[in-house]
Amino acid sequence: MRDFHLLAQAVMNGDIKAAVAQTQAALDAGADVQELIDRGLIAAMDEVGEKFSKGLLFVPQMLRAAKTMQECMKLLQPLIKEGEVTSKGKVLIGTVKGDLHDIGKNLVSMMLEGAGFAITDLGVDVHPDKFVQKTQEIEPDIVAMSALLSTTMPAMPATIEALTRAGLRDRVKVMIGGAPVTMKYAQEINADSYAPDAGSAVTEAKKLLGID
Amino acid sequence: MIIVGEKINTSRRSIAEAVERRDDRFIAEVARSQVEAGASYIDVNAGTFLEREAECLCWLVETVQAEVDVPLCIDSPNPVALGEAMKRHKGEPMINSISLEPDRLRSLLPIVTAQPCRIVALCMAETSMPTTTEERVQAGSELIERLMNEGVPLESIFVDPLIQPVSVDTRMGVAALKAIQTIMEKFEGVNTICGLSNISFGLPERRLVNRTFLALCMCSGLSAVILDPTDKQLMSILLAAEMLLGRDEYCQDYIDAYQDGRISG
Repeated sequence: MRDFHLLAQAVMNGDIKAAVAQTQAALDAGADVQELIDRGLIAAMDEVGEKFSKGLLFVPQMLRAAKTMQECMKLLQPLIKEGEVTSKGKVLIGTVKGDLHDIGKNLVSMMLEGAGFAITDLGVDVHPDKFVQKTQEIEPDIVAMSALLSTTMPAMPATIEALTRAGLRDRVKVMIGGAPVTMKYAQEINADSYAPDAGSAVTEAKKLLGID
Repeated sequence: MIIVGEKINTSRRSIAEAVERRDDRFIAEVARSQVEAGASYIDVNAGTFLEREAECLCWLVETVQAEVDVPLCIDSPNPVALGEAMKRHKGEPMINSISLEPDRLRSLLPIVTAQPCRIVALCMAETSMPTTTEERVQAGSELIERLMNEGVPLESIFVDPLIQPVSVDTRMGVAALKAIQTIMEKFEGVNTICGLSNISFGLPERRLVNRTFLALCMCSGLSAVILDPTDKQLMSILLAAEMLLGRDEYCQDYIDAYQDGRISG
């Protein structure tokens, strides 16, 4: 077994130079790309997410680690052939209709991506029909919705209803989050999961898909 | 400095519970303590009640005004709830808030111009949150012009630059500070207002970051703020900053506050 400890450490520290050098060194030594991603980069981001959820790391550190991972991925991308590296699952994400807040949604996207999920981000002010249309098109495993205002929260059940009407509700898991959103609300509107922060979003997404 | 007391918001559990059981004594006490601590407006927000927002907001307006003699800051983007609550309000309320988002502007404009009121104007672009100073100044300017065309006096407009977290982009603090300064210079007589807690999202010791930001905003010309006036440390910074900016003749307010035991070092 190859040791990716130094690479993981560099990613956690957000040290782009060291992480890129470690990635290159591992490649030069013949490391397997999938193994490098899983045990170096994703393992590091998992730990970042866990520490963030516990209040041991903060948003800027999380952003820095994610940026570092992205820089390492640039080195790996040309080496990855279609279908060779597997994603943990497909997530369709967006901020609901009437709501323009994107910071929380972007953090969740970033952490899910860091954890190995394939993300399709619909942006902000996403109409329920748009969620439906994209769900039909890309067949995601999870539909994730964010709302930062109590006044835009009702767009979440509206989107769930739209998915139901289109016959798609059984084919996806629905995860929700945002400052005014609670576990209780998630249950009331029949979402499958609630995530209070970007770190928990990763844990919840894995639970929904039975990973780990 | 115009202080809007932020505590009567149903996103806080104790307030939601008090509204649910119509506990007028609890709400009256939260209003009174904020006025005694220096609030010149009391914000009322019942947004979490969703379809019951209008009735809850009306009850809050009547309950708070039965207790304290200050105008309220009626906090909702919902035209129906705002309209109903404004009808019950005695005197000239502050309306929080209007923006350039097309639906919101179209539905709120007739309501906020139907009777005299102060208006919080968010520097939100039509389809996105602002990031740069220029985006904020442009949205703020356009909104000021729209409101003035409808007959709203400049002094009644409170432009909110929209504070975004520095944890996500370290330029966000300066972008908002410069927007405050530019808008205050460009439209002499207009007010600027903001809340403080967004700035510190994602950081440790958020209250330290919030109160430091308050001092910086005041230095940039901010004329009103939405905060918890019963937070002694925060109000101490506010009083010290007012004095240091030369807005406290003979340092009287600062010294009075010290002698009343209202500030802490």
